[in-house]
Amino acid sequence: MSFQTDEHAKAYWKENLRLLLILLVIWFVVSFGFGILLVEPLNAIKLFGFKLGFWFAQQGSIYVFVVLIFVYVKKMKALDRKYNVHEDQD
Amino acid sequence: MDIQGWTFLLVGLSFALYIGIAIWARAGTTKEFYVAGGGVPAVANGMATAADWMSAASFISMAGLISFMGYDGGVYLMGWTGGYVLLALCLAPYLRKFGKFTVPDFIGDRYYSQTARTVAVICAIFVSFTYVAGQMRGVGVVFSRFLEVDIVTGVILGMCVVFFYAVLGGMKGITYTQVAQYCVLIFAYLVPAVFISMLMTGNPVPQLGFGDTLADGSGAYLLDKLDGLSTELGFTEYTSGNKSMIDVFFITFALMVGTAGLPHVIVRFFTVPNVADARRSAGWALVFIAILYTTAPAVASFARVNMIGTINGADGQGVVHAEAPNWISNWQKTGLIAWEDKNGDGRMFYSGDERNEMQIDRDIMVLANPEIANLPAWVIALVAAGGVAAALSTSAGLLLVISTSISHDLLKRNLMPNITDKQELLYARIAAACGISVAAYLGIHPPGFVAQVVAFAFGLAASSFFPVIILGIFHKRMNKEGAIAGMLTGIVFTASYIIYFKFINPAANTPDNWWFGISPEGIGTLGMIFNFLAALGVQKMTGEAPDHIKDLVESLRYPKGSGEAQGH
Repeated sequence: MSFQTDEHAKAYWKENLRLLLILLVIWFVVSFGFGILLVEPLNAIKLFGFKLGFWFAQQGSIYVFVVLIFVYVKKMKALDRKYNVHEDQD
Repeated sequence: MDIQGWTFLLVGLSFALYIGIAIWARAGTTKEFYVAGGGVPAVANGMATAADWMSAASFISMAGLISFMGYDGGVYLMGWTGGYVLLALCLAPYLRKFGKFTVPDFIGDRYYSQTARTVAVICAIFVSFTYVAGQMRGVGVVFSRFLEVDIVTGVILGMCVVFFYAVLGGMKGITYTQVAQYCVLIFAYLVPAVFISMLMTGNPVPQLGFGDTLADGSGAYLLDKLDGLSTELGFTEYTSGNKSMIDVFFITFALMVGTAGLPHVIVRFFTVPNVADARRSAGWALVFIAILYTTAPAVASFARVNMIGTINGADGQGVVHAEAPNWISNWQKTGLIAWEDKNGDGRMFYSGDERNEMQIDRDIMVLANPEIANLPAWVIALVAAGGVAAALSTSAGLLLVISTSISHDLLKRNLMPNITDKQELLYARIAAACGISVAAYLGIHPPGFVAQVVAFAFGLAASSFFPVIILGIFHKRMNKEGAIAGMLTGIVFTASYIIYFKFINPAANTPDNWWFGISPEGIGTLGMIFNFLAALGVQKMTGEAPDHIKDLVESLRYPKGSGEAQGH
């Protein structure tokens, strides 16, 4: 066990799962929500030449996906340091 | 220089580069062969993963598919990029911490069972083979069109190059070759897209250009014009699409989960030095993939407008065939465009109703696009070099999974545990040689359903691997009985549904006969749900995993002490 106590291990995992849950909810909302389930109401809104629902399905969701992964990388790095379970290199 | 001269030059130069890298990075040990010694930096690994993932299908076919499907094409865009989020958040870091070479290794150790390992090996080999056959075909098509050789010569040529660097170089050679291939393919994709975007909308960024106004002075938005043209010609609106919402939902989900479960993509995350790098790698991979994937829908709508314009003419009355631009007659020779003058007026006409006189193959859109827009010969040749790069990089990665599955998972871990490192490497190379021969045979004599087979590969990956890997990490008590039951339920259900509608009774393959309106392309999602249910149910009845497995799972959950990937 690399954690100082069992409580630390549990708390680390809990924070990790919370972060995952938040990010996956956003992941679901932009793609399945805006791009598929709500596509018709959103298509009534226009962003330049794009209908918004169409834009989320073909462009917007992909940009959000990229941001999600980098947010995850950053948050996890902070979490690893907080509980002192990071790797030596960085 | 003409198109053919440029193609020889650019494809030849890119080949010389790949082979040079393969020789420079020759693998000496099994570890280097499998995972490049774990020493590849995150950005390079991200590029290699992107090249690995973006196959001939992404490069050549995807924009064409979207061009004909409109909004529905979004299933590929969201499905294949969204899967990366799952991979980065739920799989990559933990599998890297686990530190073995392959997915079957993880499943075999986590579920302490040779049976589970064997089921996983068979799934991995099957998924990889279905995929690689389509790639070899892609190489053949590009070669035969641009080098004007027949398709058999094209496939054999491609096969020799893939064999050379996959078998000699192993993972290390492949990783750096794939970095080069990524650069070639993305450059080849962006150059014509930027050119065309400038021509049509005056906006140099294709991602913004297709939401911009047309440069013809009318002030109309490009997508509005496309919607208008589509309805006028008897298609559904470009920005709306044809498929039912539930089907779009299920197909997208199956593609996402299938991406996350593909063994040749997962194995990439074993090649980085540590867990933090595995997380970063997935991020970079998605950046590099997103560059192509956000350009593709732009290319699709430009190509659609251009194509309708050159065939139906500015007045919408049809262009006289004798005066048609060169690209139409060039592609007519390959049989991928056909014109039948139904009303006998000597003019071509393209539409979605009975007035239609054109048959146009979707796969030609990306290759023909620069010709349609009258771009210079070197741009057309560049697209050919890019298509070849995309097909080769993916086939090499898949071959490696096939050879690793056979030499490492099947021989070393199952049948012949006493072979030495050197022998194992030899068997890996023999397996790769056999694998590529089978793939080339399938490329030359395609079973006639390459496109269906790809859907098959995704459905199977989604319904077999994904749930047991997720449960293996996030559900400590999951035991081997549950995992095996889950994998079998998922794969048998999904395979039967697909085989029934695609091969046994293709006539019944209509939305009325599908379960809940879910097409065979999307059924992997339901298979995945059944896999989860079966695994959880069986686990409840058969007790918990033993304590040493729970400790193993516990140790996956934090990065400290990840070390180098361990082999044996």
